[in-house]
Amino acid sequence: MQSSGSLRPIVIPGEAVGGPGLKPGSGTFSDNGQIFAAQLGVRTERDGLVSVIPLAGRYIPQPGDAIVGEIVDFGPSHWLVDINSPYPAPLHATESPWRVEFGDTARYMKVGDAILCHVLSVDEIKRVQLTMADREARRLQGGMLMEVSPTKVPRVIGKQGSMVSMIKDMTRCEIYVGQNGRIWLDGEDRNAAVAAMAIRLIEERAQAHGLTEAVRELIERVQRGQAGPRAT
Amino acid sequence: MEDIEHIEKHVKLIDDSGRRLDGRKFDELRPIRIEAGVLRRADGSAYIEWGGNKVLAAVYGPREAHPRHLQDPARALVQCRYNMAPFSVSDRKRPGPDRRSVEISKVISEAFSAVVFKEQFPRTSVDIFIEVLQAEAGTRCAGLTAASVALADAGVPMRDLVTSCASGKIEGIVCLDLNKDEDNFGDADCPMAIVPRTGEIVLLQMDGHLTYEEFQKAMDLSIAAAHRIYDLQRDALRRRYSVTLEDILKESPPAAPSGERMEPAPSDFDLGPEGI
Repeated sequence: MQSSGSLRPIVIPGEAVGGPGLKPGSGTFSDNGQIFAAQLGVRTERDGLVSVIPLAGRYIPQPGDAIVGEIVDFGPSHWLVDINSPYPAPLHATESPWRVEFGDTARYMKVGDAILCHVLSVDEIKRVQLTMADREARRLQGGMLMEVSPTKVPRVIGKQGSMVSMIKDMTRCEIYVGQNGRIWLDGEDRNAAVAAMAIRLIEERAQAHGLTEAVRELIERVQRGQAGPRAT
Repeated sequence: MEDIEHIEKHVKLIDDSGRRLDGRKFDELRPIRIEAGVLRRADGSAYIEWGGNKVLAAVYGPREAHPRHLQDPARALVQCRYNMAPFSVSDRKRPGPDRRSVEISKVISEAFSAVVFKEQFPRTSVDIFIEVLQAEAGTRCAGLTAASVALADAGVPMRDLVTSCASGKIEGIVCLDLNKDEDNFGDADCPMAIVPRTGEIVLLQMDGHLTYEEFQKAMDLSIAAAHRIYDLQRDALRRRYSVTLEDILKESPPAAPSGERMEPAPSDFDLGPEGI
């Protein structure tokens, strides 16, 4: 992301975004040597690869994605998890962190529970399998869930997690941002509310330059306001 | 008593100077206004006013296709429902699907099938809803044009926007974009939809008779008009997102975000006198 300069223009499906010598990346397609946008978004070019960062769209699972899911159903050896995508995602009992006896799934997680998990695999017809084998995967207890558009997730996370770790530090909250646009945050009530506000700001201004600073300022202002009455 | 059966019913649809009933020339469109992103609950939406037509389009998906047996393991379904509100026409329209709206739904969903990258979303469906709030001839074109903007607004990958326009014949003259009277008392109406980038035709229907030459002329008129409408569609999408862009320009750092647009409302937090 450029630190300054003009705003990158919005491209509309069917708009030419590159010619010969460039390669079509995500959100684009090529036709007769020309590259066109397939989605409404912002054009980017890196190392001869032209792509369009979408401004809207659904979450499509990719293997390895860390996501926040919600249990919607269970069978004797699996749970069915809503991952905010067009595809249902089963989590097999053997992929859970516990030793689950056949038919005992409901003892560990019930319908409505939120979990932090990973996408284990996605096949060519988009059959999804989840896993909780990773150490950070777990059933989420307490805290609150919020949803942002999956296209805004990279902005919420920031470069190498800079945005989310700044919010975490400043608000002393625990935050997990799922690639599917679901965010779990836990902390003291007021802090969690401030963090939620910061995330809403990011969602609203996702295309802005210098967003991190704006978010920092917002949090500082709110916290100063919070300290104000006590100081006087 | 006068024999009402034999009163002359002829309406003069086009005068000697080539002006139509509403003052347009043969190659003029009715005024069109498109707005994108008008519905909060839908993934994408658009509203169009095209002459006296008022049409709302909403797009959902890609989402899990139901019923399950309709799912295609290789590609997404593109489903469409065209519906006219009971109050959209001068006589009350009996609500519910009828022969005409089922047909229009079918041809519109087929038109969009040609441009959506369906292979990217196997087993899902992209659902398009077109609600005609007020009708005055040419609702399928208006609906299709709006739905195309709604699809782009939903972030559905596609090859291009689809643009639609109709041409017809009134009193032997081929004219663009017939209005209600011209449609009712004219000789022919020929709606079509094209993919402007490639010039492909994705919808073509005809009511009435046109000679080969007249048909060619109607096609030329519609295609030229479709390119003008295409610009309006693109403009609507740009405007939808330029709201955010203007905000950014206004509030590029170090300017602080304005308080009143924050969500939830600041008062909800009880932040003290200096709250945002």
